[in-house]
Amino acid sequence: MGRTLLRHWPLLFLAFAAVVPTVALSNYQLFQLTMVAVYAVAILGLNIVTGFNGQISLGHGAFYAVGAYVTAIMMDKWGVPYWATLPVSALICACTGFLVGLPALRLGGLYLALTTFALAVATPQLLKYKLFEGWTGGVQGIVIDKPDPPFGLPINADQWLYLFSLAVAAVMFLLAANLVRGRIGRAMMAVRDQPTAAEAMGIDLAMFKTRTFAVSAMLTGIAGSLGAIAIQFVAPDSFAVFLSITLFVGLVVGGVASIGGTIFGAFFIEFVPNLAEQVSKAAPGAVYGIILIAFLFLMPGGLAGALRKLLRLA
Amino acid sequence: MQRRTLLSTIGLSTLGAMAGLGRPGAADAATPGVSATEIKIGNTEAYSGPASAYGAIGHGLVAYFKMVNDQGGVGGRKINFITVDDGYSPPRTVEQTRRLVEQDGVAFILNALGTPNNTAIEKYMNAKKVPQLFVATGADKWGDYQHYHWTMGWQPSYRIEAAVYAKDILANKPGAKIGILYQNDDFGKDYIAGMQDGLGAKFKAMVVKTASYEVTDPTIDSQIVTLQGAGADTLLVAATPKFAAQAIRKVFDINWKPLFFMTNVSSSVGAVIKPAGFDKAVGVTTVGYAKDPTDAAWANDAGMQEWRGFMAKYMPNADLSDANYVYAYGVGVTTMQVLRQCGKDFSRANIMKQAANLHDLVVPTLLPGIKINTSPTNYHPIRQMQLQKWNGKTWERFGQIVGA
Repeated sequence: MGRTLLRHWPLLFLAFAAVVPTVALSNYQLFQLTMVAVYAVAILGLNIVTGFNGQISLGHGAFYAVGAYVTAIMMDKWGVPYWATLPVSALICACTGFLVGLPALRLGGLYLALTTFALAVATPQLLKYKLFEGWTGGVQGIVIDKPDPPFGLPINADQWLYLFSLAVAAVMFLLAANLVRGRIGRAMMAVRDQPTAAEAMGIDLAMFKTRTFAVSAMLTGIAGSLGAIAIQFVAPDSFAVFLSITLFVGLVVGGVASIGGTIFGAFFIEFVPNLAEQVSKAAPGAVYGIILIAFLFLMPGGLAGALRKLLRLA
Repeated sequence: MQRRTLLSTIGLSTLGAMAGLGRPGAADAATPGVSATEIKIGNTEAYSGPASAYGAIGHGLVAYFKMVNDQGGVGGRKINFITVDDGYSPPRTVEQTRRLVEQDGVAFILNALGTPNNTAIEKYMNAKKVPQLFVATGADKWGDYQHYHWTMGWQPSYRIEAAVYAKDILANKPGAKIGILYQNDDFGKDYIAGMQDGLGAKFKAMVVKTASYEVTDPTIDSQIVTLQGAGADTLLVAATPKFAAQAIRKVFDINWKPLFFMTNVSSSVGAVIKPAGFDKAVGVTTVGYAKDPTDAAWANDAGMQEWRGFMAKYMPNADLSDANYVYAYGVGVTTMQVLRQCGKDFSRANIMKQAANLHDLVVPTLLPGIKINTSPTNYHPIRQMQLQKWNGKTWERFGQIVGA
């Protein structure tokens, strides 16, 4: 009995996460949880490439932005329903990730970090660029409508949006968990830990890294799409360099190479800035920094690492 | 029969009024954020992030409402001013605004900072019918009373400013050949639109050349040379501080002496004039609408004395040369006028109605002669400005207060 329960804990967790907040929480709190789901998927994408494949990316905010804009443009210009934009966004982000990864991943380690960082720096300005302005709306951005619950369900728009985002996030987590647990996941980690041995085993390093990067960009892009639907607005200022750094912070705080940890990371980046601001309005950034340092000092392996250690002790 | 109807109508309304009197606060309970003892006002500000210098406005407003409360509040109620950080990031503005409206239950949002940030919440605020008053941005779009009934600007828009320059050119140099340098975004384009407003049909004939630059460009030297080459004798520069300083310097270096108008955004002595060179900027003309706290002309001005008194008591450690505190005080005064006009009805509908019903309001921190006026079809409270010219030491105001 206990063992079955343990095996099915993700399912139980999902059922709990779907029902309890929808019934118990206010619309505003549901909106915050929606953003947690969105960030969790974004960090999951980053985790695939950085955590499991060992390639540091400081530019995943760019893919998040691409996903958000694909959804916003399709909804705004062509009246495509919000759910139908997700597969398109996934495809475009995967291609973008592949193309960016093609040259970038031939540079290893720190050089890749810098290249992706450059991408993050360039993103807001590219979005303002004249040639794309007809689509992107320039600095003004694009305002989109909030989706209504379908089939005449007796819930409000915020509740529906939460359930929808949660469902998409659950599917993404399932896919990612299967991916890293299987043959491909083992290859990813082999490339991370022992590249020479991995190559000797017949893994084409560059191509493998590029494909991982594409999968990772796809996940983060889908998160961007969900985020755009939840916020109902995209603009270049929403995707500044700080977004990429924030995702990276979420990754490290949650626990590198931990699927479950990304959820903790998402909670952290959603709620800690508000906490910091409540402590001090004069210097919220400094408070945030102190909380972050304290966190990393107490839990160097992220929250997932700390839990693992606790379980081992017990 | 008719008489009886009349009587019963009077009777009914008297009864209604008595019922209303008998239960004070009963009507208020319907308005979120307004109780018998307080009015909750929300505000989002950039206390962190790239625009955190504007955080001073938020601190100034907090201090202002503390003063209001010490003086007894308004309508028997104290102001509970809740200001939160959004780091100048639109997604966080959405989140924080929803917190203020749905969780804290504020009556309205006041002076939220930033053009993209206010755009992000505009639709939400109007769908919820919550006033989004006196937004802290200079874009022209914040006067769109037809589509966004619940959203109102405060400071003069860039477009109105450009129209003021156009008026001055038409009055004093009708044969001018105008060259315009603008930043290629909404900010810069508002100046082109404003010149079109001001010059009307003459725009095509009078503007000989426009040149734009991107924020990412290293310099604007070639644009200045192009404008001179096109034969312009009047120059309007709609550029952010770094490029504005470059423009002043380049115009001086190539010995060009146009009638030189500079956007108010780049009128800071510290950020523009000083880097360009005090002497090189002589003759540059801009506009102002608020009193400059560093200007010696206001040393004995009653309005600025009032402001200094406030600062000394409620913000004793603040930097008195920071114009953001002057700005905050002006917004505070305007808001209090709206709330006083509300009388006893602090419903959101009435707050919006009174905000659109300001007549010749004199704000102590605005230039003498400038008055705030709004109406249901005018959501631009400040539409007047005064031209001022750099004389090598300070900005010197000249001419009348002009409106657009």
